[in-house]
Amino acid sequence: MESTSEVIKPVEIKAAKKPLWLEGWKRIKRQRSAMFGLSIVLFFILIGILAPVLTSYPYDGFYPDRTLIPPGEEHWFGTDDQGRDIFSRIVFGARISLWIGFFSVIGSIIVGCLLGLIAGFYGKWADSIISRFFDIMLAFPSILLAIAIVAILGPSLFNALIAIAIINIPTYGRLIRSRVLSVKEEEYIMSARSIGMSDIRILFQHILPNSITPIIVQGTLGIATAILEAAALGFLGLGAQPGEPEWGKMLADSRQFLTVAPWTLLFPGFAIMLTVVGFNMFGDGLRDALDPKMK
Amino acid sequence: MKPLLTVSGLKTHFFTDEGVVRSVDGVSFIVSEGETIGIVGESGSGKSVTALSIMNLLPYKKGKIVEGDIMFQDQSLVGLKPKEMRAIRGNDIAMIFQEPMTSLNPGYTIGDQISEAIRLHKKVRRKEARKRSVDLLTEVGIPNAERMVDEYPHKLSGGMRQRVMIAMALACDPKLLIADEPTTALDVTIQAQILELIQKLKNDSNTSILMITHDLAVVSEVCDRVIVMYAGRVVEEASVKEIFESPSHPYTKGLIDSIPSIDVEVEWLKTIKGNVPIPSQMPTGCKFSPRCQYAMERCTKEEPELTRFESGQKSRCFLAKEVKDETTIIRSQELEVALSD
Repeated sequence: MESTSEVIKPVEIKAAKKPLWLEGWKRIKRQRSAMFGLSIVLFFILIGILAPVLTSYPYDGFYPDRTLIPPGEEHWFGTDDQGRDIFSRIVFGARISLWIGFFSVIGSIIVGCLLGLIAGFYGKWADSIISRFFDIMLAFPSILLAIAIVAILGPSLFNALIAIAIINIPTYGRLIRSRVLSVKEEEYIMSARSIGMSDIRILFQHILPNSITPIIVQGTLGIATAILEAAALGFLGLGAQPGEPEWGKMLADSRQFLTVAPWTLLFPGFAIMLTVVGFNMFGDGLRDALDPKMK
Repeated sequence: MKPLLTVSGLKTHFFTDEGVVRSVDGVSFIVSEGETIGIVGESGSGKSVTALSIMNLLPYKKGKIVEGDIMFQDQSLVGLKPKEMRAIRGNDIAMIFQEPMTSLNPGYTIGDQISEAIRLHKKVRRKEARKRSVDLLTEVGIPNAERMVDEYPHKLSGGMRQRVMIAMALACDPKLLIADEPTTALDVTIQAQILELIQKLKNDSNTSILMITHDLAVVSEVCDRVIVMYAGRVVEEASVKEIFESPSHPYTKGLIDSIPSIDVEVEWLKTIKGNVPIPSQMPTGCKFSPRCQYAMERCTKEEPELTRFESGQKSRCFLAKEVKDETTIIRSQELEVALSD
């Protein structure tokens, strides 16, 4: 169709600088599961942003007169043993979980990418040192490493975020290193050199953008893992501190009421599951859309 | 003519796990201003490595210039600091590569990539660089350059991409353009177009061109002088006319003979028997002797020097004169036959 119009009116086709990501977006849009995942994610983001508007009860405090009320008109998701409204806590908890998910992943990506780029591009001893460092980190079960890091830094939500960021560095570092190894052999790197471009510029302008796709995919899936890890640390009492409405912490605090008041566990459990599923579905879709070779 | 590039006694070796590979072993030649020189040879003859040595783009830490000098204008390029070399690359010496399909970054528009080549060396605004990119694209024969400047490489055919690569190489009006098999990856009609373009550039500007190729047709099309390389050495150097009419080295003779003729019908095309020797089994004496139909005992023991004829033709063969005489006679006979037909 386009070619015929081109023949008739060649002048009228205007220069349309379509960015490359637009094409990627088009491909994602066609994938139903990815869009479903994205809508779950957006739903939780929206809830997090609108938290104060959505809730009519405070998420913190002690209200002895309304402990362990089952879900109903008054309290949609019921209340816990402290009399706190579970709906409010989950809505505010969305902020915490997403915040931890995003920022820990961004942190690991920044550090991991820098290390991976250096290792892949410069090779030799830089590669040996960085790769061995990754190997050592991967030798520990990641949650154990996170526990150790939090134990050193002291238990708090922010330190949990730092720990989660650190333990995920090798995942991204190794991923980008392997990409850099193949991208740096591409002919356009040689041609960039031949026009007199410096190594640093080649690294950030040519190699990084061409290596980043799997990182974006892995990062999206990684948010789900990070949320789970944060919940696990919270459950162990190493992340969120008493009072903070972190979903994992909520599970831990309520596990003794499983038989008497199952709603205290069910709703935070569902919340964790839904966000994780959302991010995973979106991440899988991203991979299919951005990296056709992986299919 | 003033010499622009003087390569003297260049030795580029590769240090691999299997030992030292002498890819370029004592190569000397001069490229004068405005001249087009062809470097011809089989795969593995060291012609591309010569080009990469000039550009100082040898594979990181594996390949090294161990001896010899490369003078560009009045400056030695050997042992230049990376920063100084970068100022020359793309600005004074530019290069076109073999694979146009992969030589452009898929993530940026062609305009961005040409602008970048300009802005690396010249302090111009983004807008001006873009305008110059459009001019360059027009110059290399890209239709509708105003629009194409915003296209991504994957929308372009191989021939178009090679034109873009040429535009990029010309971005800063280089004094020397190194073309490493610029037409090898293209189909024949496109090859002709690209050669025509290079021919046009040659006529329009004073840019010297170093054309690396294994295709003698390309040489006859655009070059003034030809250097024939074999196993890391220059075996013959001559004007294009002499190369085709009176080659004085058996290897050159073999290359010319293997071109199919349009006048003579033959059942089998002529070939040169054997292969380029692998680095670990380099013959002593003349490197071409095992494949040479003229080989004598002396050839296997000592290596001939480059001998120079009066016309400036040079040949690395003990029998240079005899071969030249023979080929001259054969050519004139062939011409007679062709004329009498």
